[in-house]
Amino acid sequence: MFPLKELKRSLLIALWFAFLTFPIMVIKVDPIERTVDWRWDNMAFVAIGSFILSLLVKVWFLRQERRSGRKKANKVLTEPFSQRILREPRFLYPLCLGVLTFALLFPSLFSTYQTNIMITALMYVVLGLGLNIVVGVAGLLDLGYVAFYAVGAYTYALLNMHFSLGFWVVLPLGGLLAALFGIILGFPVLRLRGDYLAIVTLGFGEIIRLVLENWSEFSNGPSGISNIPRPSFFGMEMSFDAQINYIYYLAVGMVVFTIFVVNRLQNSRLGRAWLALREDEIACQAMGIDKTKTKLIAFSLGAFWAGLVGVIFATKTTFVSPASFTFLESAIILSIVVLGGMGSIVGVIFGAMILILMPEYLRALSEYRMLAFGGILVAMMIFKPKGIISNVRRSYQIKKHSTTTE
Amino acid sequence: MDYFIELLFSGLTKGSIYGLIALGYTMVYGIIGLINFAHGEIYMIGAFTSFIVATVLSIYGFPLLAIVVIAGVAAAVWSSAYGYTIEKVAYRPLRHAPRLSPLISAIGMSIFLQNYVLLAQTSDFLPFPELIPEFAFMEPVAHIVGSSDLVILVTTAIVMFALTILIKFTRIGKAMRATAQDRTMAVLVGINVDRVISATFIIGSALAAIGGLLVAAHIGQINFYIGFLAGIKAFTAAVLGGIGSIPGAVLGSMILGLTEAFATGYVSSDYEDVFAFSLLVLILIFKPSGLLGKAETKKV
Repeated sequence: MFPLKELKRSLLIALWFAFLTFPIMVIKVDPIERTVDWRWDNMAFVAIGSFILSLLVKVWFLRQERRSGRKKANKVLTEPFSQRILREPRFLYPLCLGVLTFALLFPSLFSTYQTNIMITALMYVVLGLGLNIVVGVAGLLDLGYVAFYAVGAYTYALLNMHFSLGFWVVLPLGGLLAALFGIILGFPVLRLRGDYLAIVTLGFGEIIRLVLENWSEFSNGPSGISNIPRPSFFGMEMSFDAQINYIYYLAVGMVVFTIFVVNRLQNSRLGRAWLALREDEIACQAMGIDKTKTKLIAFSLGAFWAGLVGVIFATKTTFVSPASFTFLESAIILSIVVLGGMGSIVGVIFGAMILILMPEYLRALSEYRMLAFGGILVAMMIFKPKGIISNVRRSYQIKKHSTTTE
Repeated sequence: MDYFIELLFSGLTKGSIYGLIALGYTMVYGIIGLINFAHGEIYMIGAFTSFIVATVLSIYGFPLLAIVVIAGVAAAVWSSAYGYTIEKVAYRPLRHAPRLSPLISAIGMSIFLQNYVLLAQTSDFLPFPELIPEFAFMEPVAHIVGSSDLVILVTTAIVMFALTILIKFTRIGKAMRATAQDRTMAVLVGINVDRVISATFIIGSALAAIGGLLVAAHIGQINFYIGFLAGIKAFTAAVLGGIGSIPGAVLGSMILGLTEAFATGYVSSDYEDVFAFSLLVLILIFKPSGLLGKAETKKV
């Protein structure tokens, strides 16, 4: 199957990687004992691994080429299977119902541990959907999204500590406060474009984290705030398991609510204004869209969801500290949006499930999971750059061979 | 007054290091318009490679000068190899993908490299061998300016001078400038753009590796995580000066280094990073294209 040339190429790649990883993989020095450990076996692993990997990648690209060649020959534009399901209500509604039923039955089917993980995944679904408004729909690259998440979490933690306000009072407050921060950040950065915007938002995220870390009188510094109460259900006392289940249903409710709102927004006047803003700012202004207002709404609405999830995060873990709100967190949320397919709701849900659940279930390989996470991000971008499920743009379908019009 | 001068030099030293890393960012951005998030990791790998090589050589009893030279060369060679490979593996296939894809790929690469070093080496802080001796002639001012400060400043000045020559007067430098101005046009006049991009990554990575070696020798310890903050700060510096502009990167780095040093010295050391980022936000609000960047006018 492989011509000799390919094998030779892969061999060269293997040699290159063996050279590349030589100092870091092979040599291990102990600067105190002053000994050197030469781990030549690692070099063999790297060489064999990269040899096989490069062959596999070559096979993938060959197949891809053959497939696209066939597609061109047939001249048929086939819609991907996933999109067909999403377009047709007769597939979509039962599917939604099935997923919802599964989601509702989840705590009784699986252990509390699994439920706990699922809560995290659901929180990230909401975070992803929130960031999707900013990045996917409005096209404003925000690398400091986690700041708003932190605002929500600390709102609950602090208000509860000082004024012993309950979960349900703080939930909207956390969201609103985060939205306010969104506007505060939004105002100065309105003039910035693309990467400048990205770096300013990143800086903003870091500033919030560093302030939380260093202003000990306000936020208790790096040690964080502990003993945050879990939400009450009409003042009932609940066991630990019941509380987890309760938070789980809360998260499910939140996801459904978010999906509803985001979905309604997408085809609204505002949603289309965002899309227009993403595609061409100048043309958009020429069409009479208020750029300032539209961008600010995108920022504050995105931040609002992060604030809500922040409150849930605080109540779920009963502990907040600045360490939970690092840049890595922002990167993960952004990866969820891009991995799933920018602007696509279903894509974001898939992205969150994969990115959050995968590391949890890869715990067996716990040492390697972050390595795998990074590798998979790169691989996804190379092999499927538009995300798992790309967004279905609303468009008119021209059907040639049908007389019925829908 | 002594305190002021001490802070001034510490700021300049910091600025030089940021400058060495920021140049890589700004060159890559100037040519392919990508924030190379993995650049901080290249710097970290440079520091690690020089640490490994220097420690091995010192165990085998090489003289100090040989250790410094070999460790420096090894760091530059391997960092360049990493930069070259990263570009080939993670960015080249994405050259025509949507704008965010390479950025995500870069973030993924950064996470990958951090964990790769963490797994292959260790998560502990490692003591870096003493490579920069205390010079005798520095003794009268040693309480204000350390020998390593001097070495860093001089090395950075030499490297930057060499880079300027390279970009202004050599063939590859001309090709780089042409590619940065207009990639399509560069292809049309017969420039091998792929090779130019590779060269940019290689040069940028080598600069970062030198930065890594200098920082490690200056601070005296390294860790797999040092690339992240250094990378972000250097990027901040590059944006501050106007990304894509090489003198801008140097100017931005110096301003950032000095601001940090004076803010730590006169205000509070807790908020060092806050000052850096606030400075960035302020400059971008009032001068969105950075200090020396060209304002983009978009024509319709």
